[in-house]
Amino acid sequence: MNLDEFVNLYEEYKKKPSKKEAIDILNKDEITEVDYIKLLNCYDLDVLEIAARKAKDITERYFGKNIFLYVPLYISNFCSSGCIYCGYSCFNKIKRKRLNIKEIEDEMKALKKRGFQSILILTGEDNTKEGFNHLKDAVRLARRYFSEVLIETSPLTLDGYMELVNEGLTGVTLYQETYDLDTYKKVHLLGEKRNFKARLWAIERAIEAGVREVNIGCLLGLCSDYLKDVFLLSMHAMYLLKKYPKIELSISFPRIRPFKGMNFDYTEVSDLELVKFIVYTRLLLKNVGINISTRERSDLRDNLIGLGVTKMSAESKTSVGGYSKESDSLGQFEVSDKRSLDEIIKVIRSKGYNAEFINWVMI
Amino acid sequence: MCLVLGGKRIKSRLFVGTGKLPNYELIKDIINEADIDVVTVAVRRASKDSTRENILDYIPKDTIIMVNTSGARDHKEAVKIALIGRELTNSDWVKVEIEADTKYLLPDNEETIKACEILVKEGFKVFPYISPDLIVSKKLEDIGVCAVMPLGAPIGTNKGLVAKELLKTIISEVKIPVIVDAGIGRPSHAAEAMELGAEACLINTAIATAKDPVNMAKAFKMAIDAGRKAYEIGILKEKEYADASSPLTGFLRGV
Repeated sequence: MNLDEFVNLYEEYKKKPSKKEAIDILNKDEITEVDYIKLLNCYDLDVLEIAARKAKDITERYFGKNIFLYVPLYISNFCSSGCIYCGYSCFNKIKRKRLNIKEIEDEMKALKKRGFQSILILTGEDNTKEGFNHLKDAVRLARRYFSEVLIETSPLTLDGYMELVNEGLTGVTLYQETYDLDTYKKVHLLGEKRNFKARLWAIERAIEAGVREVNIGCLLGLCSDYLKDVFLLSMHAMYLLKKYPKIELSISFPRIRPFKGMNFDYTEVSDLELVKFIVYTRLLLKNVGINISTRERSDLRDNLIGLGVTKMSAESKTSVGGYSKESDSLGQFEVSDKRSLDEIIKVIRSKGYNAEFINWVMI
Repeated sequence: MCLVLGGKRIKSRLFVGTGKLPNYELIKDIINEADIDVVTVAVRRASKDSTRENILDYIPKDTIIMVNTSGARDHKEAVKIALIGRELTNSDWVKVEIEADTKYLLPDNEETIKACEILVKEGFKVFPYISPDLIVSKKLEDIGVCAVMPLGAPIGTNKGLVAKELLKTIISEVKIPVIVDAGIGRPSHAAEAMELGAEACLINTAIATAKDPVNMAKAFKMAIDAGRKAYEIGILKEKEYADASSPLTGFLRGV
């Protein structure tokens, strides 16, 4: 992917379109990259309403009336990277913990009992051999309990991903955090995560290793020009889909959430902006899953159902463990939507959607 | 005339997909109120391993379940999914759906042929979902599938029979039933497919995402029955000029 080319395209067209121009774009069956830049720069609420209706239709055509639910499980918060926006950063003097196998299994049993079929296993940026083996054990165990097993960890080698695919790994979540190189350098102060390009290419290693689905994203608010970040994220998605047409791709637009010890300036991204990103991205990327985690407020999450969102986490803990018994570790960030799974299912149903737990059968 | 498929007599020529509905209760209502005989169920949604709802609990016992291999990326995955599906549902009807492209969701005909060869030998009643291609359809007929299921338009597009001319070649040349699957957005599209000579239509998105799926299913059923009836009677050909019942030049021939 030639990032510079997309940056130049963005810089060339990043101006507010007239209302007529924006509506003309919405009348097209397929929008172009340039149209997408223009829409991202459009703040007209009438245009957004028209786009939202279209986004709803497209989402239902591709994904049906379904919202897919998954749960994250942090198995370790050991981290060798110093990222200023993260509660697990090696700069933060917090209690470090790695769940043992028995604890992992207890957590998985507790999640399975609640009905989850898809699990996202998370760790800090831990590149040690010990960390990898721990992850591998967790994936092997997860396969016994869940249909879909995804990880969100530091980038692995091709061999590393292949080893995990052989143990039952079905998907990888890996956020670039920001596609703006200058910002990237400013917020990643220490560790392997400082290497922008190594992170950018890692998702392709996961695909080549045979995972079925990948989830990419950027942390909104890190880069002051967050519209550019969203545009580049979508270009990354388009590039991956063209190169790997079989892959199931999702994108996420997480916004920065506070954590204990947080001390840095970031750019606030409003609810309106987030809705714009979801709706306009759906018009560009019709078949891409859009994920909203519990870092967003419950009222906002409820209103986003039907606008393009296809996946949601539920009942999440961002501490290490915490499902089978209370965790004594701090969370990576503060969860905002703290409702139970049953409450979330009830809301999804009240909105006329089905809460789905399985998207893939383990074969 | 009754449709016979996979050794079973099928009264309803409307087959319904279940994967996009807003809740499972609707499946039962659609089956009962629109008199549906055959539904497709994605194997990935039919796990008995769930502590939550199971789609199979909402399908009346006498309904034929056609398990669907959607999610399979190649013939090997499709075969494995079909085997799991047979175990879960006790049904040997399988819709072979292999998509190698997540953007347009177009079927991979080459992999589909390979999967069908294996599944027919495994004793399944096989219904391949294909891009409309006559040669592929003939190969599948030779393999021994029960019917071919060409798309009318890409999945979920609601565009109707954009592949009409290709569908006509298949209907005209293969002896096994042709079931039009995917792309049908309106009852009139379904009626058109039936008028062409399709034996049945499989509808998913257009019913599942309708404001009232049960009544939309009934509307499709009526259109399909009307189209079939007209086909069986024999539809008059379209003509460029009016065919006067009293010829204008009859006097020249002494009429």
